[in-house]
Amino acid sequence: MNTLLQNKRNQIIAIIALGIFLLILPFLAGMIGQAWVRILNITLLYVMLALGLNVVVGVAGLLDLGYVAFYAVGAYTWSLLASQHFNLHYPFWVLLPLGAFLAALAGLMLGAPVLKLRGDYLAIVTLGFGEIIRILMNNLDKFSLPGSDTVYNLTNGPRGITGIDGLSFFGFKLRQGLEIFGLPITGLQLYYFVFLTITIFSVWMVYNLQHSRLGRAWQALREDEIAAKAMGINVRNVKLAAFAFGALTGGLAGGLFAAMQGFVSPESFGLLESVMILAMVVLGGMGHIPGVILGAVLLAAMPEVIRYVADERVQESVFGHVLIAPEVLRNLIFSLAMILIMLYMPRGLWPSPDRKAEALNSGAGK
Amino acid sequence: MSIDVLLQQIVNGLVVGSVYALVALGYTMVYGILQLINFAHGEIVMIGALSALFVTNALIAVGVPPALALVVAILAAMIICAIVGVSIERIAYRPLRNAPRLAPLITAIGVSIFLQQVAILVFGRNYFTFPEIISKAPIQIGAITVTMNEIVILITSVALMTGLLWLVNNTKIGTAMRATAENQKVAGLMGIDINKIIAITFAIGSGLGAVAGVMVASNYGQAHYYMGFMLGLKAFTAAVMGGIGNLWGAMVGGLILGLVENVGLIFVRGDYKDIFAFVVLVAVLIFRPQGLIGEKVAERA
Amino acid sequence: MSKMIFTADGVTKKFGGVTALDSVSMKIPKDSIFGLIGPNGAGKTTFFNTLTGLYQVDGGNFTFDDKPLNVKAPHEVAEVGIARTFQNIRLFGEMSVLENVMVGRHVRTKAGAFGAIFRPPSVRREEAETEARSRELLAYVGLERRAGEKSRTLAYGEQRRLEIARALATDPKLIALDEPAAGMNATETVELRKLIERIAKDGKTVLLIEHDMRLVMNVCHHIVVLDYGKKIADGTPAHIQKDAAVIKAYLGGAHGETK
Repeated sequence: MNTLLQNKRNQIIAIIALGIFLLILPFLAGMIGQAWVRILNITLLYVMLALGLNVVVGVAGLLDLGYVAFYAVGAYTWSLLASQHFNLHYPFWVLLPLGAFLAALAGLMLGAPVLKLRGDYLAIVTLGFGEIIRILMNNLDKFSLPGSDTVYNLTNGPRGITGIDGLSFFGFKLRQGLEIFGLPITGLQLYYFVFLTITIFSVWMVYNLQHSRLGRAWQALREDEIAAKAMGINVRNVKLAAFAFGALTGGLAGGLFAAMQGFVSPESFGLLESVMILAMVVLGGMGHIPGVILGAVLLAAMPEVIRYVADERVQESVFGHVLIAPEVLRNLIFSLAMILIMLYMPRGLWPSPDRKAEALNSGAGK
Repeated sequence: MSIDVLLQQIVNGLVVGSVYALVALGYTMVYGILQLINFAHGEIVMIGALSALFVTNALIAVGVPPALALVVAILAAMIICAIVGVSIERIAYRPLRNAPRLAPLITAIGVSIFLQQVAILVFGRNYFTFPEIISKAPIQIGAITVTMNEIVILITSVALMTGLLWLVNNTKIGTAMRATAENQKVAGLMGIDINKIIAITFAIGSGLGAVAGVMVASNYGQAHYYMGFMLGLKAFTAAVMGGIGNLWGAMVGGLILGLVENVGLIFVRGDYKDIFAFVVLVAVLIFRPQGLIGEKVAERA
Repeated sequence: MSKMIFTADGVTKKFGGVTALDSVSMKIPKDSIFGLIGPNGAGKTTFFNTLTGLYQVDGGNFTFDDKPLNVKAPHEVAEVGIARTFQNIRLFGEMSVLENVMVGRHVRTKAGAFGAIFRPPSVRREEAETEARSRELLAYVGLERRAGEKSRTLAYGEQRRLEIARALATDPKLIALDEPAAGMNATETVELRKLIERIAKDGKTVLLIEHDMRLVMNVCHHIVVLDYGKKIADGTPAHIQKDAAVIKAYLGGAHGETK
């Protein structure tokens, strides 16, 4: 009993410490440079994306290789409706839900016909969907409707969309930054806090989902589809729900991405991006939220850290000349890490433990 | 649109499609035995193209006749790719045969990125020009224009596919491959060395991929480290469309994909060419989830 | 006892040219333990799969609980009150023992995506009930102490019992057990027998498909014997044991197996 209390106290202390760390983190990063705050923000977006994809792949066991398409839907929804491109400037509380909704709709439309396919077929169809979205973004800058000569420019093609509105609350633009009690907080740092809040919200949502009737149905389906059917689970509907939720999260993150960057182009939404998010989920530990977060943080931050370590100047000072182009070295290390982690820890870096906490839904109804 | 344009696009489609088919065979053979999407296969094709290109140039530089240089280079590329393919299986896939299903897929993606970086280090980032050894001067046959290069591509692919089918259906190794694909455990009990058969499968698939790489490079006159990506993606699409795990499916899928893409060009702008592949794939899978030729996999209780 | 929970009337199923079930009829009395036996390949599992919606029949029909049983998808079967276990255990291996049983409650609960995320009081109550009922069932099959473990870590006999608990969680009127004693040792089989008897006594009908003759003869009230897709005998264990056709099928056939 005593140790239990102590454990509980230790847990609380750990949570408080983590909270403080997360609060001062953007200021620590800011001391090195605002570029590092941006890396933090991007990392948070990746955590959201990985959490969303985790529901699809890790929890429900549906292999989605085109996840970035939903991210793109969210990002372009924001970019087109809040920028100079069409001179539209809708507020965030319209655009974030709209982007998430459109992404979920895309997920449902893609999912409805293909979800009955075998796992690997689903993988290739989603991959194809991702490519279709990317190609459309690249080419919808010069299309005309049949029977008309008017040329429309929807996406501005490979040049992307610039001058995108940022987040603003009641007329206050986050990008301006803020000063509280003499402490200057930059725009990027403000974005950090917004992203952090939404990330925590996402963790909460995914956790609740995973430990719910629906979440159990997803896992059952992942483990054994035939047995799941025999338990009365409507496999199709349950799969669609997973797909839609994943897409929703992706769309939300996409809107936030566009708002922070102020610029989007199709280049940010390639297959490699989907693969990267998938790798975060699998390397971290499929279906296990802390593992997935770890995977996302590692993979989002690692390239940046390697970029720093493998910098040409570092190489020059050590070897006298540049041995390997930094980007190549970064990708080499990155890909080797993917291979080695899978070879030695095929269940991921931090998989769910074999023995789960006994009080599974403690607190429920008590 | 005239019938001539259609015929011309059909010929073009057959040429591209036969290359897709060769690459698709590599995917489908591995999938048939291991149920693994060998993501790195596109990179094998790229390595085949680049190594053949460099060997050809080196041989021509020391005075070897171009035609002989090309033949030697293709053989060299096949051997290099077979070695790379077998090594990948041995190092990155074999230890994961009993691991969770997605684990080998992730290593496959890792291997794919890794090979691209290695190609940059070994060959460089440039677009290399592939020497025109087989003439690309247009030959007029009726209203259709073809090149000797295209004719050679078609003939070589047909020969290779026929050879593969013969090997799989009429030799001892082929029987062992089919048995392993059918049921690994039982095949093992029957005294078949599973590891050897899987290695041979990778070697053959990679060898075919190497030839396909040379074909693409000679057809478009260039090769670069990133060429395997889209090609691999399309070829895999073709394999799935035909019914993955099925050799005929890969060939038919490849040809159909090549035809659809090129005939489609008559109707839709070239920018959207890469979309066709996926739209057709989705359409096929919705109506025939097992692929065009694939067998229906029944659910078993 | 005379009320029927389930009847099959002239059920036929063909695979290509092979007739796996040839006009099979049977009546299962309510709250009984009903045995379906036959040599390997007799069509037992096919029958099972048609009645649980995995295959569609080519002829004949079922009634269940006085209504025609007309399911188009396997997931509808649990809804009407038929639960099953699988010959080669199909648990949700990466889920905990408790969660496996909780999945069984799926069909009797309602919470959707919104409820899952925001947990209004009604959903909390449902979750608490689900968990309580599942723990009860774990205790019923003697697995309450393994609740938190992943189900793939259980021993073989425990996995069988967990499958039964999971099936019971759907509140079935008829529970169909597909060779539950397969791979069990003598002690485990005795425990299984007690469990089956308890389930029937607690007001559920048990349909038992089994190879283990001793178990079937000891536990069943009524038995139907299939051979080559046809019903060859129908009666009480005592009757079946003396039936000439049954003895011939089991002893005379090259594919027979007796215990």
